[in-house]
Amino acid sequence: MSLVRTPYDIKKIKVPRGEVHIVKERCKGCGFCIEYCPNGVLALSDEYNEKGYHPPKVVSPEKCLSCALCEVLCPDFAIWITLQGEVEAKIGG
Amino acid sequence: MAANPEDVFTGSYYIDGDVASAYGALAAGCKFLGGYPITPSTEAAEAFAKRAPEVGALFVQMEDELGSIAAVLGASWSGKKALTITSGPGFSLMMENIGFGAAMEIPFVIINVQRGGPSTGIPTRTGQADLMQARWGSHGDYEIIALAPDSPQECFDFTVKAFNLAERYRVPVMLMADECVGHMTEKVVVPPASEIEIENRKTYSGSLQRYLPYKRDKSLVPLFAKPGDGHGLYITGLTHDERGHPIGDRDLRSSTARFLVDKIRQNASQIIELEEDRLEGADVVVVSFGITSRVALKAVESARRQGIKVGTLRLKTIWPFPEDKIAELSTRVRGFVVPEINYGQIAFEVDRCSHGNANVILVPHAGSSVHLPVDILGAIKQVAKDTKPYASVVSYKTHLERQIFG
Amino acid sequence: MNTLESMTKQDGHPIEPLLRMDRIPHIWCPGCGIGTTLNAFVAAVNKLDVDRDKLCVVSGIGCTGRVAGYIKLDSFHVLHGRAIPFATGIKLSHPELNVVVFSGDGDLVSIGGNHFLHAARRNINLTVILVNNFIYAMTGGQVAPTTPVTAYTTTSPFGNFEPPSNIPQLAEAAGAVYVARWTALHIRRLTKSIVEAFRKPGFAVVEVVSPCSMYYSRLNRMGEGIDMMKFYHKNSVIKHGEPTENLDIKFQKQIIVGKFVDRERPAILGSSGGPDAEAEP
Repeated sequence: MSLVRTPYDIKKIKVPRGEVHIVKERCKGCGFCIEYCPNGVLALSDEYNEKGYHPPKVVSPEKCLSCALCEVLCPDFAIWITLQGEVEAKIGG
Repeated sequence: MAANPEDVFTGSYYIDGDVASAYGALAAGCKFLGGYPITPSTEAAEAFAKRAPEVGALFVQMEDELGSIAAVLGASWSGKKALTITSGPGFSLMMENIGFGAAMEIPFVIINVQRGGPSTGIPTRTGQADLMQARWGSHGDYEIIALAPDSPQECFDFTVKAFNLAERYRVPVMLMADECVGHMTEKVVVPPASEIEIENRKTYSGSLQRYLPYKRDKSLVPLFAKPGDGHGLYITGLTHDERGHPIGDRDLRSSTARFLVDKIRQNASQIIELEEDRLEGADVVVVSFGITSRVALKAVESARRQGIKVGTLRLKTIWPFPEDKIAELSTRVRGFVVPEINYGQIAFEVDRCSHGNANVILVPHAGSSVHLPVDILGAIKQVAKDTKPYASVVSYKTHLERQIFG
Repeated sequence: MNTLESMTKQDGHPIEPLLRMDRIPHIWCPGCGIGTTLNAFVAAVNKLDVDRDKLCVVSGIGCTGRVAGYIKLDSFHVLHGRAIPFATGIKLSHPELNVVVFSGDGDLVSIGGNHFLHAARRNINLTVILVNNFIYAMTGGQVAPTTPVTAYTTTSPFGNFEPPSNIPQLAEAAGAVYVARWTALHIRRLTKSIVEAFRKPGFAVVEVVSPCSMYYSRLNRMGEGIDMMKFYHKNSVIKHGEPTENLDIKFQKQIIVGKFVDRERPAILGSSGGPDAEAEP
């Protein structure tokens, strides 16, 4: 039995989904986006960009909520989110 | 007298001009640096800050250049040798205080590591365009001394010399380095303290009641007394008499303002230092200073190989300007070539002192790099060839100018 | 920028319409907080819905001063320390323009300290975004009047011995009507603060505590930009309305952020709207 109760208005809640866009050449590997994504969508990749930094890569694209914290935190304007519509909310996702 | 061995970091170093100046200042006995960071001079302040506690010197980073130079004047007036280090924009900010220091005959040294200008300019690249400003920057009549080093070793030597001149004549002395020399890393030998000659200001040692702060002897330099000695000094930037008190409107006879100018002009021959090479029988003389003198050497060698009789005159002292030397040379040479990293400053001085006897060609440069030797060579060949007198200073059209302007 | 409404189809970063893209990439170091602050500023501009042609940005010399070169508005990159008097001149001669001063701690509070105090005294309608990285970064990492005691910099090689300025206290004492401090990590609150400061008639100051990964944090062995952001995350505490004399920043100790001053004061000619219109001569 799950210990989490399903809210009664769960059908009314719509969770936004976002698509991550990264301009790899602008990234300077500071790590702000990876650290402060609330859902762990991003991680450091092993590839190098032109400047020799490791840009982030999207590891869990389905978890992106389009909060765009990465977009505002990035000092190099290398990452942004486009809204991809909304999905129904469900427990645990 | 010899330098204090505790102040001298004897040894052989591989450092840049900025750091060498800081070592030179400390070797000369400088005990106060009030500075403000400005590219390209900051390394000197950082080096001074690092070594100052070892010799009992003090470094204070002031809130701006105005604060820096005012602090330097205060420190120097209280008896310590004081220095500030800056570049073009900071130099402009300091001008009022420089005039103040000149009027009150406070000895101090300013190191101006010149950069591309005007205004914010090109902070990380070289220029040589502050020379007239060094001489005429502040309002009113006064004279200063300016030296131009051409290598990190000279940055060290000339900084020691600058302090000596400042102490001897109680005048602002400016070390007009440029970013190239300041940021160039070369071998610098700091000799043992016994081989470094330093001078201190002459102080008054008579009775307390009879001290006149601006009374002069034949050298035209007054004797110094610092606050705390019991004299009850009154010091002002208002035009003053021998007592240091401001003069009345019509009392110009008692004003000591004339001597601010005279003490340098009458002693110019002891202050000016030049480096001469093959001036006897020369047709063309290349007058240069700072980093440009090193670039000019290559052009001069090529010209000599081509049979032109070229002499070089390197200005180690820019101000006071060697007017007599230029005037004398102008009677026996065909012309002067003055390469400088600006659009004409020392070239006009050379022209003025030639009194129309010789042609003067300027090889200009906008800054941010040094001249191409081929341009200086072209100017030398042009002056050697031209027989007609120029009406005024001719500006040589350099490769870069031809590329940009056609 | 409103995340849910305006972001459907974009070909680039939403900030790009307000950036001079031919000058990107910018010169700021990896992990520098100035890019983040610029993002927050543009987000605020988007939220404000202000006429872009009537918005000017004035910045001085320094790392933060380079903002004028990247933002696509009427921007002025003036002399060191003189951003505020320059902005005063613009505002007094063209009161219909909205003028934002965007500069660093060394530029605004050291060499520009005098002008900062007088603009606050005059209560001229400017919005000042002051990025505080506790150091003179552009010239290579020298000590600044905001550097905490004992911190290492190139001109305090044995540790800084001078007590630093407390910028919110300075601003309040001199007469600013709106004073807030946030870190570069508090981007949403910073955006909101910039919006409020902009709308407030009078002299408004928003201080942004920002990481300097190349100099301040490296010379003091504090890691890189990300490590400083983590430090801000753990050690900043929000206390709105805190008396400004408690807002000193000690080296590697707690940073108090929030909105501290929001008041009314008579203002010089040039303020737009507000109750201070009566104060005009």
